[in-house]
Amino acid sequence: MAKSTLPPGYSAPATDDAVEIELRSPGIAAALAWLLPGLGHVYQGRFGKGLLFFVCVFGTFLYGMLLGNGRVVYAATPDVVSREFLQRWQFACQAGIGVAAIPAYLQVVHDPSGEDPLPLLGSFMAPPRKRPLPIEDDSGNMTTQPDEVAKWTVDWHPNFEVGTMYTVIAGLLNLLVICDAYAGPLVIGHTASDEEDEDADSPASSRRQS
Amino acid sequence: MIDLNLDTPLTVLLPLAIVNLWHAVPLIVSVSLVCAATRHELMTPILHHAVRFAVWVLVFMGVFMCLLQLMQYLAS
Repeated sequence: MAKSTLPPGYSAPATDDAVEIELRSPGIAAALAWLLPGLGHVYQGRFGKGLLFFVCVFGTFLYGMLLGNGRVVYAATPDVVSREFLQRWQFACQAGIGVAAIPAYLQVVHDPSGEDPLPLLGSFMAPPRKRPLPIEDDSGNMTTQPDEVAKWTVDWHPNFEVGTMYTVIAGLLNLLVICDAYAGPLVIGHTASDEEDEDADSPASSRRQS
Repeated sequence: MIDLNLDTPLTVLLPLAIVNLWHAVPLIVSVSLVCAATRHELMTPILHHAVRFAVWVLVFMGVFMCLLQLMQYLAS
């Protein structure tokens, strides 16, 4: 079991000694935190922070999915070491939340063209079809968009882009959550020289000097 | 459909910007809380840090919005 040390005076009520947080199985906690935000913290017994991370990170992700009608998370190719995968850099960020990455990756492994999605998932997180598609504009005229991503962007503008950004940011935030589950909070404590300066400036120190 | 260009008056652009800016509110709250929670372990310091962080983000956004408006005014 790992331990994380909080500096003296950190806890409430303040103490003169450092506070140690026991981090149970950091590797497993980090993996659980990747799978679902906050789950790693719950595994370690840090229920308050686990709930906070779940609500904030997963809530941000769900809100982005809601804005984008559930189509903002998809992968371009099953080959993670390829230029095409990096061109869909948004998915690389969204994959920070594991539960989001898994269905999208399964869909693209099954059929990268998006024409034949998995029966169990349907069109959920399926890759967009890469052929021209008809669309009715606001005036009722039928037009053609070059592919399904363009159709989604026109249909749901500007929410499709906003939803994409929400899910991207949620994935990136979960990287911080994973680090916190693995190593504890990054608390900047007082150094020895700071404590000496505080003692020198304190009224008690001034009285002692006089 | 509103045709937006450099001559579009501020009275049209600003309300549109404010409407779109509402999308930033949940994001600022979420990012502030997560960043603060990765720096502290107890709830009280987390909330204090989150409020300071959110205010800093809003001031930063406000300053840059004013700078961009000034640049647009000077360019027109």
